[in-house]
Amino acid sequence: MKTFDDFQRLVESLRGIFQVEHFIYHSVNSAGEPYAALTYAPEWVDYYLERDFGRIDPVVLGCFQRFHPVDWKCLDWTGRAAREFLKEAIDAGVGNQGFSIPIRGPNGQFALFTVNDTCRDGAWKRFTETHVRDLILIAHYLNQKALEIERGTDKIASQKLSPRELDALTLLGMGQSRAKAAENLSISEHTLRVYIESARFKLGAANTTHAVALAMARGKIIL
Amino acid sequence: MIYYIYGDELDDFPDLRDGMFRDRARQFKERLGWSVEVDALGCEHDEYDALNPLYIIAPSTDGGHGGSMRFLPTTGPVMVNEHFSHLNNDVKLVSPLVWECTRFCLSPQDHVPKRTAARLMLAAAVMGQRFRLSHAVGVFDAPMQRVYRALGWAPDILGRSGVGRDAISVGLWAFDNAPLSRLGSRAEVPLSVAECWRIPR
Repeated sequence: MKTFDDFQRLVESLRGIFQVEHFIYHSVNSAGEPYAALTYAPEWVDYYLERDFGRIDPVVLGCFQRFHPVDWKCLDWTGRAAREFLKEAIDAGVGNQGFSIPIRGPNGQFALFTVNDTCRDGAWKRFTETHVRDLILIAHYLNQKALEIERGTDKIASQKLSPRELDALTLLGMGQSRAKAAENLSISEHTLRVYIESARFKLGAANTTHAVALAMARGKIIL
Repeated sequence: MIYYIYGDELDDFPDLRDGMFRDRARQFKERLGWSVEVDALGCEHDEYDALNPLYIIAPSTDGGHGGSMRFLPTTGPVMVNEHFSHLNNDVKLVSPLVWECTRFCLSPQDHVPKRTAARLMLAAAVMGQRFRLSHAVGVFDAPMQRVYRALGWAPDILGRSGVGRDAISVGLWAFDNAPLSRLGSRAEVPLSVAECWRIPR
């Protein structure tokens, strides 16, 4: 993935994967420049920017400077401006349910990743409870990719894997179970999971198998 | 009651805010002798307080600061990566599912410090599960390690330096299997109540 067009296509492709109406990635870099990739109707985006709705949008106000995931139901929609804004948004095709994940990047960079759909409360609760961890990881993956594209390289200088992370990937790559690998490294399975998760994050891998494959392809581990 | 308060909301709770920063000075500077900065008002702050962290504060029976802890995501600047990575083979621990817990502090005026400590641990566990985090990471000394064990939620140790009372360690608490009912009984808080604590919006 090298360009913001690729990035936009990736964000659009998430709709089919999760079977929901909208995904929105929105970032403000350390110089205060905004960037967004999203699936809302372009007319709504233009109107939003023209009216400068960021000033009153409860999602922006409620997530800025935060770092925990937020269901839109928990935000403050009681003000008149917020209620009218919500009505206009829904008329423009924005779903009634939303879940937003704030991201703290390097040097004060801030981004927000949102999934949006039209459904009842119960179905939405099941959806977010099932997918929240995946959504958090996708949010941070997208943010890393956006930062890489902005910097004009197709990948950031890969972060160094620690000896323990390399050991963990090597043993899993050799086909050992997590329990067996943990035993061999004299650590608990929980600790092993953190090493794997950290390695996966540094490698930008989608899952453990992908992490092992990337580590091998980049010559970081030899099986 | 437990308060989950971001840094930019602390001014809405001036008594808890001032009590927390003063008790941190007492605990870390006066009692433990750490080289932390204390201002003219007797408050201890550091550069991480400026990053709008999330504080968990347990009020004392009289409504003042009873105890507190501070959380930041490991995807941003955290102490374990910036100051203590030597404890963990120079590994930087970076994951959106792992938050760092620092400045675990109990008020010397609190009448029930053990219960307050248990309430804080329970509050952290409830928060981690609600946000579907995988782990908390923290750096602690040997006496605190005994406190965690006594509370029934000991961390997995990743690395350690020093021996005996002077040892400091970095460890992980797994949220998935946090012993909620054990913490709840030590904290004397029914889990049904803990689940209604106002997690930040």
